[in-house]
Amino acid sequence: MSEQTHAESSTDTDVVLEDTSNHDQIAIETSGEVGEVLLELDHVTLRFGGVVALNDVNFQIRRGEILGLIGPNGAGKTTAFNAMTGVYTPTEGAIRFKGKEIAGIKPHTINHLGIARTFQNIRLFPEMSAMENVMVGCDARHKTSVVGVLFRTYRVRPSEEELPESGIRRSLAKVFGISRHTLEERAGRRRSMELLRFVGIADRAHELARNLPYGYQRRLEIARALATEPELICLDEPAAGFNPAEKEDLMGLIRRIRDLGHTVLVIEHDMKLVLGVTDRIVVLEFGQKIAEGSPEEVARNPKVIAAYLGEPDDAA
Amino acid sequence: MSQITDAYRGLKLGERWDHAPKPVRWFVMLLVVAFAFYLPYLNILPFAYIRTDLTSSGSDWASVLFLIVVYMIVAVGLNVVIGLAGLLDLGYVGFYALGAYSIALFGSTNSPVVEAMQSKFGLSEEWAVPFVVCIPIAITMSLIAGVFLGAPTLRLRGDYLAIVTLGFGEIIRITARNLDGVTNGAAGITQVPVPPGPESDGRAFFNTIDAERWYWLALAILILIIFLARRLENSRVGRAWLAIREDEDAASVMGVAGFKFKLWAFAIGATLGGLAGLLFGSKQQYVEPNAFMVQLSFLFVAMVVIGGSGNIYGALTGAFLLTYLPERFRDLVDWRPFAFGVALVLVMILRPQGLVPSRRRAREFDDRREEAKEAAADV
Repeated sequence: MSEQTHAESSTDTDVVLEDTSNHDQIAIETSGEVGEVLLELDHVTLRFGGVVALNDVNFQIRRGEILGLIGPNGAGKTTAFNAMTGVYTPTEGAIRFKGKEIAGIKPHTINHLGIARTFQNIRLFPEMSAMENVMVGCDARHKTSVVGVLFRTYRVRPSEEELPESGIRRSLAKVFGISRHTLEERAGRRRSMELLRFVGIADRAHELARNLPYGYQRRLEIARALATEPELICLDEPAAGFNPAEKEDLMGLIRRIRDLGHTVLVIEHDMKLVLGVTDRIVVLEFGQKIAEGSPEEVARNPKVIAAYLGEPDDAA
Repeated sequence: MSQITDAYRGLKLGERWDHAPKPVRWFVMLLVVAFAFYLPYLNILPFAYIRTDLTSSGSDWASVLFLIVVYMIVAVGLNVVIGLAGLLDLGYVGFYALGAYSIALFGSTNSPVVEAMQSKFGLSEEWAVPFVVCIPIAITMSLIAGVFLGAPTLRLRGDYLAIVTLGFGEIIRITARNLDGVTNGAAGITQVPVPPGPESDGRAFFNTIDAERWYWLALAILILIIFLARRLENSRVGRAWLAIREDEDAASVMGVAGFKFKLWAFAIGATLGGLAGLLFGSKQQYVEPNAFMVQLSFLFVAMVVIGGSGNIYGALTGAFLLTYLPERFRDLVDWRPFAFGVALVLVMILRPQGLVPSRRRAREFDDRREEAKEAAADV
C-alpha cells in the first residue's frame, strides 16, 4: 500500500510538499547557505600500487543540490565515495568538507562532521531489527557515556512535555531530573520511527534487517544514513535491482531527502533516474573526470555519450 | 479475561514473558530470585535429586552453587566481549587470575608484597590490606590489564585477536608461577582474606564450612551485575557493540567509534572476570598458578557459546550447565570429558546459535504491535 502512495507522490509536486511537511521532526538544521560549496575534491589522486583508481579528480558539491556521479563500471565512483567517507586516504590532493580538510580522518569522525553514506552492496546490521539499525545512526548524535548508561549519572532537567504523566514518577522526575540516557533513548526511538515512516518501511520496523525484502533493505540503509543527521548524504547505487515503479518511487524519496535540508550525492547507473532527479552531474571514466554540468548538458556531451551512454538516440 | 487468554494463545514462552504485565514479571522474577537464595537448603523430594552431595563421593552442594555463580559472573562478562562486541577472547582466565591474585597479593599476610609493605612501613605482622580495599584494587588491576591488553591488540580482528588473547592468559599464569619473589611461585599464596562479617564460635562469618554464605554473597553480586549488564545492552553502547559485531566498517561509517567501544567491552569484561576471580580466591583462601590453566579459558568460551552468544540468560544457562553437570555426575568420573565433548558437538550440530539464543528484539513485543498499528494508520 505504501508503495503506491509513494509512486503517486513522486509524480505529483503538491503531494510531495504535503508529505515533507509532516516530517518536521526529522528535518535537519543546516549551518550554511544553499549554493555554497559543501564538499570539494581538489586534484584528488588515489593509487593502489600501480592501479590509478582516481586521477586528478576535481569537483564540488554545493549545499542543497542533488549531484549525480556517473560513469561506466570501474570508473572510480565508489572509490571517490570511499575517499570522501574516510575509508581510503587519497594519495595526492585534498578533500575539503565545509572548508575543512578531511582526507585521512577516521570514518566515524567524518560521519560526526556531517557526511553519511549507503553502500552499493547493502551493508546493514543483519541481526539487528530495522529500528535498531536506524537507532545506531541516531546514536551517532547522542552523547551518553558508558558510565552514564550504567549509573544514570548525567541528569537533565526535563521540559514540561518530557515529564511523565503519573503522580510519583512525575514528582521524582521533577526533583531528580531525568537521565540523559532516557531522554536520548526516547528521542532516538521517536526519530527512528519517523525516519522509517519517511522512507516507507515503518510497517516492518521490528523485523530483523536480514529478513526484510530487498527493497526494504535499500530504504533501511537510507534511513540509517539519514539518522546520523548528515549535511551530505551519499547514495551508492540506491536503485540497483529496482523495477521501474520502485525507481520512480526512489526519485521521489531522493527529492524529499533534499527537501529535508540534506545535500545529496548519488551514484547511479540508471540514466533515466539520474537525468530525472539530479541538478548537476559529474562523469568519471577510468578514474578521470570527463564531464560536468546539468543533466541536459551531460546528456548532449559527445565524450559522455561515447564513454557511457551509448548511441545518441538512446541517450535522449 | 478472555481477551487476555486470547492474546496469549499461540505465543512462545519468550513472547508470553514479554507480553506479561509488569507486576507479573516482577513477581515471577522475585520468585526465581527467592528460589535461588533457598537452593542450598533444598531438601524436598523429588527436587532434592538435583543436589550434588547425595552420594558420599559427591561435592558439597553449597560450594558447587558458589562455583556456578562465580562462573556465571565470568560468563556475563565474557558475553559482553564475545556475545555483544564479537571479540573472541581466549585468554579470559588471565583476568580471572588477576582478580584472584590481586586479593591474595594485597590481602594475605602470607604474600611477599604485604611482607615487603610491613617491613617498609614498620607495620605489625598481622597487618594486610583490608578486604574492602582489596576489591577496588582487584577491579582496578583487571580493568587496567584489560585496557593494556586491548589498546594494542584490538586493532587486530577475528582469529588474530583470539591468538593474542590466548597468549595473554598464559603470560599471566606463567608470570605468576615464575615470579617467586612476588607471588610465591608455584607454592601459591595462603591465607587469602575473606569478606568481613560477625564472628561466631571463633569462626569468621565467611568461613570454609558455611559455603552457603559465600553463595549468597556471590548471588547478590551476580544479580547486581546482571542488572547493570542489561542496562548496557539496551543502550547506545550495546547497540554500538552489536553494530561492530555485525559489520565493523559499516558501523564506523555510521559514526560508531569502533576502537573506543571495543576497548570498553574489553575493559568491562576484564573487570567482571577480575571480580569473579576475587570471589573465587577469597573462598578458596588459597591462590596458586595451576588453578588458572588455559583449559579454563576454553571452558568459559564454551559456556557463552553453548548457552547462546549475545544473550545474558544464554550465558547464564551455559555457565550453569557446564559447571553443574560435571559435578552432579561425578560418579561417571572417567566418562565426563567424553560426555562433555559429545555434548559440545551435539550442541554445535543441532543448535549452533546456542541453547538460549538471543531474542532481544522480542522484548519489544508490545511496542511492536502498537507502533506497527500506528504506522499502518499513518502511511
